[in-house]
Amino acid sequence: MSQESLDSDYAGDGIYRENIIDHYKHPHNHGLIEHAHIKRTENNPFCGDAVTFTINIEKDKIKEVKFMGNGCAISQAAASILTDEIKNKNLAEVKNISMEDIVNMLGIEIGPVRTKCAVLGMVAIKEGIKEFEGKERNKHDKK
Amino acid sequence: MPPAKNFMDIQKIRKDFPILQIKINGKKLVYLDNAATSQKPKIVIDGIKDYYEHYNANVHRSVHKLGEQATAAYETAHKKVADFINADFEEVIFTKSTTESLNLLAYSLGNEIKENDEIVITQMEHHSNFVPWQQLAIRKKARLRVIEIDQNGLLNENSIIRNITKKAKIVAMSHISNVLGTLNDVEKIGRTVKEKSNAYFIVDAAQSVPHMKADVKKLNCDFMAFSGHKLLGPTGIGVLYGKNEILEKMEPFLYGGEMIKEVTFKNSKWNSLPWKFEAGTPNIAQGIGLGIAIDYLNHIGMENITHHGNELVKYAMKRLSEIKEIEIYGPDAEKRSGLVSFNVKGVHAHDTAQILDSEGIAVRAGHHCAMPLHSVLGIAASARASFYLYNCKEEIDKLASGVEKVIKVFK
Repeated sequence: MSQESLDSDYAGDGIYRENIIDHYKHPHNHGLIEHAHIKRTENNPFCGDAVTFTINIEKDKIKEVKFMGNGCAISQAAASILTDEIKNKNLAEVKNISMEDIVNMLGIEIGPVRTKCAVLGMVAIKEGIKEFEGKERNKHDKK
Repeated sequence: MPPAKNFMDIQKIRKDFPILQIKINGKKLVYLDNAATSQKPKIVIDGIKDYYEHYNANVHRSVHKLGEQATAAYETAHKKVADFINADFEEVIFTKSTTESLNLLAYSLGNEIKENDEIVITQMEHHSNFVPWQQLAIRKKARLRVIEIDQNGLLNENSIIRNITKKAKIVAMSHISNVLGTLNDVEKIGRTVKEKSNAYFIVDAAQSVPHMKADVKKLNCDFMAFSGHKLLGPTGIGVLYGKNEILEKMEPFLYGGEMIKEVTFKNSKWNSLPWKFEAGTPNIAQGIGLGIAIDYLNHIGMENITHHGNELVKYAMKRLSEIKEIEIYGPDAEKRSGLVSFNVKGVHAHDTAQILDSEGIAVRAGHHCAMPLHSVLGIAASARASFYLYNCKEEIDKLASGVEKVIKVFK
């Protein structure tokens, strides 16, 4: 890296592209589903970012999803984009979503400091599914 | 009294700091994160290099030439720090940071704390002056009392009086809040502590010593902690000042190395002050570097630095409060020092900081290691611009333009 120009590869206007700001200001699938199969909150106390996902499942597929939250543009836009992305997908597919997938969905480069923001929604969804599957297994075992 | 004439030639000072020449995202670096750490003048960087290249040796042990030279330099650094804060040589202990200094106290003074004793702190403390006392209180079943702040971000007078009682054994507070910038009247509170209790009075001066003459005798404190890296020195060196007679009675925090006088199979005796509290091989280069940083500050003059800092804060408050989308935390310019924390309404502090970074402006965003304070303020995070002697008004203009850009992006 040259002394004269220490460019950080993730900063710049790029990170706040129109689609990110748009999702942040007008989040898709915003709200909470009552009595949902899955309800999971994740937060990042370091930044104060928080998201709550509610999801209904039908035949191992995401039937319906809504989220609410507050925090930085990256965390909220990523959550909003994810709701579109996971609808009607198999649980197995959703569980395989990776950090790289999130970056692709956002269409921007994410620096190490902001990674936690970007993946917050993904963590909520995956943990929620894990909880749901655990409960289902318990039900099954009891039968 | 009219303000002292500002003799500082900022452009000349800026040339002493190599890092201020670099560019960030193709733009000139505007470094406004000095409350986190300051930049280092070349003279400090060279001084550290000089030690490693010409007289690197362990201190206090070796009789050879290099050992003697290193020991002399390391001890001279203690003397420079002692003079800087008007303390005696024996009263200045080198640690690795403010945090370590405060933990040392929580551990060593903690031996004296009993059930139902009271430890008093304030709502505006950094975690480093909060958690050690909170945990000590839990460990000893003591009571942690917290002095409240008012709407202006000042310590509430009634709360000070109410919370400092004769049950208090320790009163610990920051000289300047690292979030609100509030300059606490430590001198006056120190008198209250002595009048109302037998408590030890501890001042976290991490944010004040870089900006003003902090005279321990005037401040009425028993202990004062600060870090070298916030006042132009390297990281890894902190200071704990303690009154001689108290340090004499206190138990050491760490054992081994230079803190030992004599060891037998049955027991051990401790070295004289300040070495009793400096176990193991210390951060020698960093200590020497801190001494050089203090020489540099003395050369510029602390009164000039205070005056310049106050001017910058006043100007920053004026420029930022002209922007109606901004919310500023803490008191008026006259009652604060060194920094301004703010949020752009509807924009998370991290987003603000990231857009400012794209303009080459470095500010801190987050809770600044003061989560309890942020909960009192009712916010998750804030952006903080903090200044030092090499900053100038043009940089604050750039900050204001940067904030306008944040507003535009999120419009």
